[in-house]
Amino acid sequence: MMIARLAFQSLLNRWVTALLTVLAIAMSVMLLLGVEKVRTGARESFADTISGTDLIVGARSGSLNLLLYSVFRIGNATNNVTWKSYQDIAKMPEVSWIVPLSLGDSHHGFRVLGTNQDYFTHYKFRHGQTMKFAAGGPFKDLFDAVIGSDVAEQLGYKVGDKIIVAHGVGSISFIEHEDKPFRVSGILAKTGTPIDRTVHVSLEAIEAIHIDWQNGAPVPGQSISADQVRKMDLTPRAITAALVGLKSRLATFKVQRRINNYEEEPLSAIMPGVALQELWGLIGTAETALSVVSAMVVATALLGMVTMILTTLNERRREMAILRSVGATPATVLGLLAVEGGLLTLAGVVIGTAGLYAGLYLAQPYIDHTYGLSLPIDPPRPDEWLKLGAIIVAGFLAGLLPALRAYRLSLADGMMVRI
Amino acid sequence: MASPGAAREGKSPLDAVSFADVRYSWPGPSPFTLTINDFKLRNGEKLLLLGPSGSGKSTFLSLLAGIVVPDRGRIDVSGEDMATLGGAARDRFRVDHFGIIFQMFNLLPYGSLIDNVLLPIRFSKLRRDNALRGGALEDVAKRLLLALGLDETVIATSKAASLSVGQQQRVAAARALIGAPQIIVADEPTSALDRNTEGAFLKLLFEQSNEVDASVIMVSHDEGLAAHFDRVVRLQDIAQSQRGGRS
Ligand SMILES: Nc1ncnc2c1ncn2[C@@H]1O[C@H](COP(=O)(O)OP(=O)(O)OP(=O)(O)O)[C@@H](O)[C@H]1O
Ligand SMILES: [Mg+2]
Repeated sequence: MMIARLAFQSLLNRWVTALLTVLAIAMSVMLLLGVEKVRTGARESFADTISGTDLIVGARSGSLNLLLYSVFRIGNATNNVTWKSYQDIAKMPEVSWIVPLSLGDSHHGFRVLGTNQDYFTHYKFRHGQTMKFAAGGPFKDLFDAVIGSDVAEQLGYKVGDKIIVAHGVGSISFIEHEDKPFRVSGILAKTGTPIDRTVHVSLEAIEAIHIDWQNGAPVPGQSISADQVRKMDLTPRAITAALVGLKSRLATFKVQRRINNYEEEPLSAIMPGVALQELWGLIGTAETALSVVSAMVVATALLGMVTMILTTLNERRREMAILRSVGATPATVLGLLAVEGGLLTLAGVVIGTAGLYAGLYLAQPYIDHTYGLSLPIDPPRPDEWLKLGAIIVAGFLAGLLPALRAYRLSLADGMMVRI
Repeated sequence: MASPGAAREGKSPLDAVSFADVRYSWPGPSPFTLTINDFKLRNGEKLLLLGPSGSGKSTFLSLLAGIVVPDRGRIDVSGEDMATLGGAARDRFRVDHFGIIFQMFNLLPYGSLIDNVLLPIRFSKLRRDNALRGGALEDVAKRLLLALGLDETVIATSKAASLSVGQQQRVAAARALIGAPQIIVADEPTSALDRNTEGAFLKLLFEQSNEVDASVIMVSHDEGLAAHFDRVVRLQDIAQSQRGGRS
């Protein structure tokens, strides 16, 4: 008992190095668990970006590309889908609903999405949630726009504000549709998906702002005013993609095949889940790299601990000689040091784990709000417990290294410690 | 295990320690070898072992206290051959029979004085029982420290690290004496002290060791200490040392 107390006092005597060692281990454990949490959180948020949609249809392209531009607003479509094709698909008997998506314009770097009212009811995310309005409502007028929460927040928009849409998708747009301003009719609640960064307008509005344009530029001397355009036929000529819901999931493959073999135009239909998997597979490599790095950080921290114990070993040889002179066996000396390594690691693991959960608890609302990443605050899963246990065992074993050296020294030193 | 209780009743041989044909080499490429054919330390005797630096005095004490094991020969302590004991048993035997004082750095710097004095008690039931005859362990330790000339407030408040060297050596002496081991082994315990402190220290050490009937064997290279002891032995008279290849 007193020996344990003396060992503890010995550690207290070196409290600065001991504390730094514990902190290093704690930080590495926080990193290890944190990476794990972010990983699962990201994976779930990712998979939750779109749900309830059975097929995404676009011009023929790779499934990743189609998924990226239609759902994540990354990259551009290579080609359009004609309105006729859209209607043909809508008429298929298996199709329960279809929502058109028209991309290509932007507002201060945020993508503008032309669609219809159905989008707000059929697009689902995070286990089937639908979009909710934080303010205002869906578009009623031709030049109404519904903006995502990030758009509203970053640009400071309220319902009723006027916004001007730019042609193209760069954050510095060259040509703006300034003759046809939009009015913010609604602001969506935060979803944690790309919806937050999107300006939604009606498909007709997309048609309207491009009606006096040809080949991506305004036709000179042929400007049509906003009032004139209201009286014109605004049936879209083409869209970028469409989300399709089926009456029965069993028909998915059949419909997919039929769309892929559509004769009048080369089209692609993809299943969002499959494409997400494929995308995650790509990102997964980075994910593994992250895990490897955090494991290496843990190893570094343990190495630091061994170094710390080894460097103090010389001054502690006296301590060992004294203990041996009063009857401590070399095994006691060995045990003392191994236990020290284990205890330091244990303290590091406990503090690191507690720190992570405290940090998660504090930062989670912020992270969810800012990055749309909902990090789970659940107790460590079995494999995480296993990792923590492995770290503690590794700590004991690492402590054994200097302990063995101390053991040999205490045997070889004899009566006098030669320093 | 040997029983010093029995030793006290006079059943033990006259010699506290006896060496016969002992030979020991430190491991290493060019080892130092010490050969002791015959040496005896009597019960209750105060013996000073003299020898120049590097002659093997500390090696001799390491053999005597069973910290190293002879390559050849026999060392008896209270009639028991230490070579027959295994490692852990020898460690226990050491704390039962020996109180050891080093040249310096005797104390765990972060421990209290009482903690330092009580260290052997934690490893030896025998010395614990002996000490308990004098009352509670803390009181026994404190009484010893007082008898060795340490101040009450110093005992109560100090950490070992804050003591002067002379004070540290007194605490070390108290630790060596507690629980009445039969043999006090001291390796130049006064070499860091001035003449006056040295004399006072030895006087107190002998007083207390007489109190518990302990033999004292102390090594030094200082012949001036001879007056304090019953007997003076030169290492070169009892041992041959040799450096270099084994023969
Ligand atoms: N732990 C050890 N390992 C190897 N060799 C040692 C060890 N301790 C002592 N020796 C060898 O034994 C020789 C005698 O050393 P020892 O410490 O016994 O001398 P000493 O008489 O006590 O000297 P001093 O008066 O300086 O303390 C040394 O020269 C050294 O080479
Ligand atoms: Mg010496």
